[in-house]
Amino acid sequence: MKSLALLAALALPLAAQAQTDPADWDAVTAAAKGQTVYWNAWGGSTTTNDFIAWVGDKVKTEYGVTLEHVKLTDTADAVTRVLSEKQAGTDTGGAIDLIWINGANFAAMKEADLLFGPFAEQLPNWRYVDTEGKTVQTDFTVPVDGYESPWAMAQVVFIYDSAKMEPLGSMQAILDWSTAHPGRFTYPQPPDFLGTTFLKQVLVDTLDDPSVLQQPATDENYAQVTASLWDYLDKLTPSLWREGRAYPATGTAMFPLIADGEIDLSTSFSPGAATAAIANNELPETVRTFVLDKGTIGNASFVAIPYNAAHAEGAMIVANALLSPEAQARAQDPEILGYGTVLAMDKLDTDQRALFDALDLGVATLSPEELGTVQAEPHPSWMTRIADDWNSRYGVAQ
Amino acid sequence: MKNRLLPVVPALTLVAMLGPVVAGLYGTILPAFGHLPAAGLRGPNLDAFRALLAWPGLSRSVTLSLTTGLGTTVVALALVMLLVAGWSGTRAFRLLERLLSPLLSVPHAAAAFGLAFLIAPSGWIARALSPALTGWTNPPDWLIVQDPLGLTMIGGLVVKEMPFLLLMTLAALGQTDAARARQIAAALGYGRTTGWLKTVFPRVYAQIRLPVYVVLAYGMSVVDVALILGPNTPPPLSVQIVRWMGEPDFTARLLAASAALLQLALVVGALLVWRLSEVLVARVGRLWIETGHRGTCDGPVRAVALTAGTVAALSVLLGLAVLAVWSFAGYWGFPDALPDAFSLKSWIRHGHGVLAALAETALIAGIVTMAALVLTIGCLEAEYRHRRTLTQRGLWLLYLPLLVPQTAFLPGLQGLLLNFGADVGRGPVMLAHLVFVLPYVFLSLADPFRAWDARTGTVAAALGASPDGVLWRVRLPMLLRPILTAVAVGLSVSVGQYLPTLLIGGGRVATLTTEAVALSSGGDRRAIAVFGLMQTGAALLPFALALLVPALAWRNRKGLQHG
Repeated sequence: MKSLALLAALALPLAAQAQTDPADWDAVTAAAKGQTVYWNAWGGSTTTNDFIAWVGDKVKTEYGVTLEHVKLTDTADAVTRVLSEKQAGTDTGGAIDLIWINGANFAAMKEADLLFGPFAEQLPNWRYVDTEGKTVQTDFTVPVDGYESPWAMAQVVFIYDSAKMEPLGSMQAILDWSTAHPGRFTYPQPPDFLGTTFLKQVLVDTLDDPSVLQQPATDENYAQVTASLWDYLDKLTPSLWREGRAYPATGTAMFPLIADGEIDLSTSFSPGAATAAIANNELPETVRTFVLDKGTIGNASFVAIPYNAAHAEGAMIVANALLSPEAQARAQDPEILGYGTVLAMDKLDTDQRALFDALDLGVATLSPEELGTVQAEPHPSWMTRIADDWNSRYGVAQ
Repeated sequence: MKNRLLPVVPALTLVAMLGPVVAGLYGTILPAFGHLPAAGLRGPNLDAFRALLAWPGLSRSVTLSLTTGLGTTVVALALVMLLVAGWSGTRAFRLLERLLSPLLSVPHAAAAFGLAFLIAPSGWIARALSPALTGWTNPPDWLIVQDPLGLTMIGGLVVKEMPFLLLMTLAALGQTDAARARQIAAALGYGRTTGWLKTVFPRVYAQIRLPVYVVLAYGMSVVDVALILGPNTPPPLSVQIVRWMGEPDFTARLLAASAALLQLALVVGALLVWRLSEVLVARVGRLWIETGHRGTCDGPVRAVALTAGTVAALSVLLGLAVLAVWSFAGYWGFPDALPDAFSLKSWIRHGHGVLAALAETALIAGIVTMAALVLTIGCLEAEYRHRRTLTQRGLWLLYLPLLVPQTAFLPGLQGLLLNFGADVGRGPVMLAHLVFVLPYVFLSLADPFRAWDARTGTVAAALGASPDGVLWRVRLPMLLRPILTAVAVGLSVSVGQYLPTLLIGGGRVATLTTEAVALSSGGDRRAIAVFGLMQTGAALLPFALALLVPALAWRNRKGLQHG
């Protein structure tokens, strides 16, 4: 019996050491060489897929790491996968090495101890990250604690066809416009992340004091705080595209609707997406973007490594490569991806900064100044409850 | 060696076909009753079923599963029966048959994309008519695709199931003495359609009963077509199951498992109701026959049947055409009938991804189909040598994997495979594909194999050939054409598999079908078009080869050219 207990005590630290210590970067690099990293990331956007392929080429030449993009329709599929593996006792050699993640998925995985780390702040390129100005150390108010590494900033913008309408300054103005122009506006169906973000944006913009959203929702305050949201949606829904009887699946699924002239106004979480879509013939050239007077919600996209990843070292190489000024500038290029950078310009040297200064953000992309105030994401508990309630009220009940 | 192996092949085939289904159902039952140790959940309890009943979308979701399944089956069956009744033996019928047959192998997802691009308010039809005939400069705000009643989804399924039922019916007609029955009915003054329905239909239906059940079960539980054409507020139950499977909240998996069992119960219930309706229809039909009515509205019924058949064939063909246009399109605004410019940009952009997915698709389909072919020939040869023919019950077993809804057993199978330590990826995906490929290969090859003139074998044996020699040197070469057809059927079934690839492959196995459906949520029509077309090509090419190769191989063997 005694020897069994001893064996168990020995086995525990051994299992933990199967993956290399992130702080020992040379060891990470050595172990990563020749690994194939399976990055589970949403695969619905061609531009993102192309960018990931480019990152794959970069880590292949620089570190000998092969990157395979596992295209997901929903990030939660990857979470489920890791859970299945834990259920089956697959505590090493898991199928997923890296996940594009944030928000509720991150909160769920962190709480269930499904993540490897902390590793993010040990990455060499972490030194460039803008930890003061950007929300990279909390994720929807949940502390990141180094269990995921940021790679892109997103902020809500509204995409509109300037040939058909003018920019609008508030959610109330959008409601008034939609009522006057029925069938010309829609948003993706929650629980799609952009759809739920739109709901949060409504809430943030219609509340007098949105700071209550930084605390978890309680049974006591939930109904009262969200009342303005449901009131808004009850008025908005009849004037939506298809009278709210159907919704687009995702944000990019609204591009063809604008291109065909089915709608004039939609939302995006990527300030540069409209410019990129114009370049790809997916949107008409008259499309522009705007933000609300009080600002719009923004958050960071992260990558996380499952606790049982077979190639955690290779995954860290990829996470680090995503933070390189070269990759960040490429991601910000509207011709490529149009995502906001997570780096602080004043932490870069002249050559590195020149990569960003050289970018032409494009006709439909707002400058960092024009993007204005970034409002914080509410605590995930709000989103979960709102998404469930939305589903009962508008998703199934017609 | 071979003779010792041969007798066990039928058992092996049954295990390959039914093992995963049984195991998957078992793996679904545990979490349905609250048992999911990895999430710290231990059953048994009924919490998941309580949560399922409390889900506000349940009644509509269940209703949709029933209406889309039953609607598809009734409409597709009625149209095919009326088409065969009114037109078989005519030139128009042969033309339509030739138009519909290749559509059987067009993957469901590709046909659904094509239909959506065709009939949406901004689709090709609206573009062709606008603004000249309609006055539209913007597409009308009509809910056509993803309508809450699932009518478009039923339409998409009907156009794909019609070719299947038609081919099954044509195969059955040969055993029903239909031509003489029609002549006698005509001599007695019955109209063409009425006479056929009264004399031939009962016999044909008895033969195609199982394929009809397959259509019913499939229509009730399909996922990819429902994702593309079906409603979302709420979706049919099968789609909701897949959604719950993927939610970050782990208890949603229990909900998915309980819903999977509900889905199974629904399909079983619907099959029972259908069986009872058969009895009822037979009663009513007998009364109708006894009235002796010769049929007065045969003309209009014939016209409707032919129109519907033509519309079905054209909607798939035009759908593929509009996919082709989108894949080469530059900017294409509404209401332009054609894009501003054509370019290879989309093909170049997706070339790498498409080829990688094609290679994966071809590898899986090739190996699975070969395995299915070997097992099938082994079974049929064992049956021939040991004189053990397949009973009616055996035929049911063959259809069982096609009748159990995929959403009911694949989630459980995924969990079990992990428990056995089998790594996710290509191997398990192939095993899962085999479950669906085997029945089709078997059904496709069985009749020609059994119909082979055994006297040829006797002659070969008299000349000194061993049983194996007869098989390899006489029987299989003579059956080249049906074997290649069976291979083509197997390949196209494998190419079209969505849910087994997605769930069992753990997302790591990217075939043309999973890539195309994954793109559907993003709405990039050019990318969807490229992948949809490649998917169609991968399924169609083997059929073209199955026609071409025997013609070349037997160019100087006249008697075998049409065998």
